[in-house]
Amino acid sequence: MSPTAETIFASLGDPTRRAIFERLCRQGEQTVWMLTEHAGVSQPAVSKHLGVLKQSGLVRDRKEGRQTHYSADPKGLAPLIDWMSVYTAFWRKKFDALEDLLNRMDQ
Amino acid sequence: MTATETRSVVVEREFAHQPEKLWRALTQPHLIAEWLMKNDFAPSVGHRFSLRGDWGGVLDCEVLVLEPNRMLSYSWNHNHEDPAYHLQSVVTFTLTPTGSGTHLRVEQAGFRPDQKQAFGGAKFGWQKFLANLDEVLARAD
Repeated sequence: MSPTAETIFASLGDPTRRAIFERLCRQGEQTVWMLTEHAGVSQPAVSKHLGVLKQSGLVRDRKEGRQTHYSADPKGLAPLIDWMSVYTAFWRKKFDALEDLLNRMDQ
Repeated sequence: MTATETRSVVVEREFAHQPEKLWRALTQPHLIAEWLMKNDFAPSVGHRFSLRGDWGGVLDCEVLVLEPNRMLSYSWNHNHEDPAYHLQSVVTFTLTPTGSGTHLRVEQAGFRPDQKQAFGGAKFGWQKFLANLDEVLARAD
C-alpha cells in the first residue's frame, strides 16, 4: 500500500521522528550513529524511527559495507502537498461558481 | 505567533463586477449558498454559523472581520477525529476595486500553532514544518 497523507501525518506526528527527518533534510545523508548523536534517544530507538520513516516513504537507505546511510526522500511528501493543494483547487472551483452567480445577479 | 508563521492557500481573481455586488454574494446567505455552501451566515462580527458541504461535512465558522465592500474574515473549522481531516483555519476575503471591476483575494490560513488537536498524539509544529517545506522541495531535484 502506498503512503497517504494520513500515513505521513502519523509518521511525522512524533517529535523525535520529525526531528530525525528534518535533520536528514538539512544535513543530507547520515548514518544511524550520526543521527543518534543528536536524537537524544538510543540507537535502537533511532533505527526504529528510521524504519517508520522508510515505511511511509519519507526516508530511503543505502548500504555501503557494514554501514547503512539514510537520506530524506522529499518526494515522499507529495501526498501531503496534494492534501494542501486540494484547498487551492477548491477555491478555484468556488470562484468559477461565484463568477457564474455574479453574471446572473442584478446590479 | 504571527500570520507569517502559518502556511496558507491564496487564490486571486479579477471579476468584472463592482465590489458592492461581490459583497452581496459574499454576505447574503441565499447567495452564499449558490456559489459556496448552504449556510446560516449573518453579517455580524461574532456570529457563529455553519457551512454545509455537498459531501455531508459541516464546517464550524465564526465571523471575525466585517468591513463592508472591503474585507470579510471568518473561522473555518472542521472538527474530525481523524487528523488527516481535522482543520482549524481562517478564511479572509479581500476586495480591491480595479478600473473595470474588483480584484478578489481569498486566503485560507490554517495549521495554526495553537491548534488543539494533536497529530499522532504529539503537538505538531505544523507551521514550522511547513515553513521548511520549500527548502525540502528545493532539494527534490
